[in-house]
Amino acid sequence: MREFWIIFKQSFLTKAKTKSFFITTLIMVAGIFLFANLPSIMEKVGKMMGNEEDDRVLVVDESGVLFDRLLEHLQQNEQGISLELTEDTKDQLLEQVKSEEIASFMELSFDADQTIQANYTTSSLVDQFLPSALQDALQNIQTEVKAERLSLSVEQVSELFAPIQFEKHNISETAKSEEELNQARILVYVLMFVIYFAVIIYSSMIATEVATEKSSRVMEILISSVSPVKHMFAKVLGIGSLGIVQILVYAVSGFLAYRLSSTGEKNELSAFFSLENLEVSTLVYAVIFFLLGYFLYATLAALLGSLVSRTEDVQQMIMPMSLLIVAAFIIAATGLGNPELGYLKIASFIPFFAPLVMFLRVGMLDLPLWEPLLSIGIMVVTILILGWFGSKVYRGGVLMYGPSRSLKDLKKAVQLGKE
Amino acid sequence: MALELERVTKRFGDFTAVDQLSLTVEEGTMYGFLGANGAGKTTTFRMILGLLTPTEGNISWNGRTISYETSPLIGYLPEERGLYPKMKVLDQLIFLGQLRGMKKSAAKSAALHWLDRFEVPQNTNKKVEELSKGNQQKIQVIAALLHSPQLLILDEPFSGLDPVNVEMLKKAIVDFRNSGATILFSSHRMDHVEELCEQLSIIHHGKQLVSGNLRDVKRSFGKQNVRIRADFPLMELESIEGVTTTHHSLEGAVFQVEDERVAHTLLQAALLKGPIRQFEIEEPSLQDIFIAKVGNEHA
Repeated sequence: MREFWIIFKQSFLTKAKTKSFFITTLIMVAGIFLFANLPSIMEKVGKMMGNEEDDRVLVVDESGVLFDRLLEHLQQNEQGISLELTEDTKDQLLEQVKSEEIASFMELSFDADQTIQANYTTSSLVDQFLPSALQDALQNIQTEVKAERLSLSVEQVSELFAPIQFEKHNISETAKSEEELNQARILVYVLMFVIYFAVIIYSSMIATEVATEKSSRVMEILISSVSPVKHMFAKVLGIGSLGIVQILVYAVSGFLAYRLSSTGEKNELSAFFSLENLEVSTLVYAVIFFLLGYFLYATLAALLGSLVSRTEDVQQMIMPMSLLIVAAFIIAATGLGNPELGYLKIASFIPFFAPLVMFLRVGMLDLPLWEPLLSIGIMVVTILILGWFGSKVYRGGVLMYGPSRSLKDLKKAVQLGKE
Repeated sequence: MALELERVTKRFGDFTAVDQLSLTVEEGTMYGFLGANGAGKTTTFRMILGLLTPTEGNISWNGRTISYETSPLIGYLPEERGLYPKMKVLDQLIFLGQLRGMKKSAAKSAALHWLDRFEVPQNTNKKVEELSKGNQQKIQVIAALLHSPQLLILDEPFSGLDPVNVEMLKKAIVDFRNSGATILFSSHRMDHVEELCEQLSIIHHGKQLVSGNLRDVKRSFGKQNVRIRADFPLMELESIEGVTTTHHSLEGAVFQVEDERVAHTLLQAALLKGPIRQFEIEEPSLQDIFIAKVGNEHA
């Protein structure tokens, strides 16, 4: 056990002490703080750049009354839009838009039924906000105009447009309310990302570590004083703890960043990091599935890493494994919109997909307890099998040199391990 | 604490890497293990270390099998550099020392002592990859010696070192032997083995071609070298019966002969041609024996 901890400490500390690890962590933390303060930073930058200028729209008003009413409406409800009446003809205005003197113009008129006809012309593709704001304002004006024509009072109008009470009740046992689902979605989404990236980063780190030890032949010294199996698990645990520490650093800085964020604006992300409305069970499941997913893939990565002799070959060797993680993520991501899809249920019991897919389901649905437990059980068993098989491969793999870069060498390695 | 290998055989599938190898290394002696590349030396070492299990035969050290329990008593220097390239020298030595059962503080002071002795204290806090090959090799040797092992297995310990450093390491290893350690080492350099080892083996393609005491090996080789220096060419002497090979040089020639009588015939024949400046019967060098044995196998 003593050797186990020495190797554990060594793989944890040497990695943690490297400059690259320190810098990546620092950059990520800086990124989190930046992201948390993004709205206020954007605002400040915007002010400095003088982007606060109002959007100017030229209006050709054939009705004679609409322009004033629209102006009044916009002043009440919207800011940042300025209207300007113009006498220019349509062709002149078109020229001006084409030559980018003005961004857009609008023609207003009434048709025979006193319905507003508006033609908005612009050359900008990205402009979504302005026309929809104008449309909303005009729609309101239209309502007022029509109400006046029908001599309806304000009360009558508001009665006419009173919204109905529509409530959804889902009596499916697994479904959560829409509101709960939206809340869960963002949490699950963030955590899914964390699990996905952590698994992919740290498992490839393990494979690289093992291959480096092999290619530098330090492995021969190591396994002459520690059994390969101990070495493998110490390595997996050491890097795993490193990952957990790193993620904790991110989580804490995320929490602090949103607490200290100057905007005070509430959105889903800030709600997530400020731990409001947090479902404790989701977080617990996230930890469980992160650990299981990590051990599952890390054991596989150590096994694969032990087969190559040069670090250059690592990426090629772990490619199938990486694809497996990506597939798991894609499957889980398709379920974000509808977690009740049939294939998700199946995938959540397949060990290599389970960490992400079962987490998605358990986070978004009210599942009976046996489902996550069964999935966890399946993963634990798979990890044990992989660990057992991995140690067999590892034993031989670490002594095997030469151009080994395919899975065919598995057999050779197991053979050598037995001898 | 003798290390004993009894008729050890290792097969990988159809390939026999080591075939019926037997040897005994007594406590406080050094055993030389000679062989061309791919002869089975590293496989043998791995079996001794317990990394591989012999297909047949027995390996014991002081009557017990070698396992992870005995690992603190064993030092191993692998053929190729076996260090973390990115780890600092001192951290690395402490780590490897701890793995061999040392306390951290003991490992540290031992590491500093050896770095000093090998005249590389300035490298204490450098990364291994920043060092020259010779200095890396020194660190490697320190890693094998650090925990004062009683059984030392050295695979090519002197490769990549200049003569001054070779002497320094040789002295350290001899001191180790004198303090009672059992040492097994392999080399391509016959002169090192000749100088250091009481016992030796030459193996080729897994087979033990020669083994035993250095003197006995030389005697049983049967052939001797006759060195003659003269002012006239000695080509004609090659054809005398009993001369196996000849090496001519500017000042004369060295004839390998089957026994001492041929040497006398050679001397008489040479004297007939003119005055000679030197005549000497030499013991065969290990190099001659190695080339004769391994070369014959090749042919």
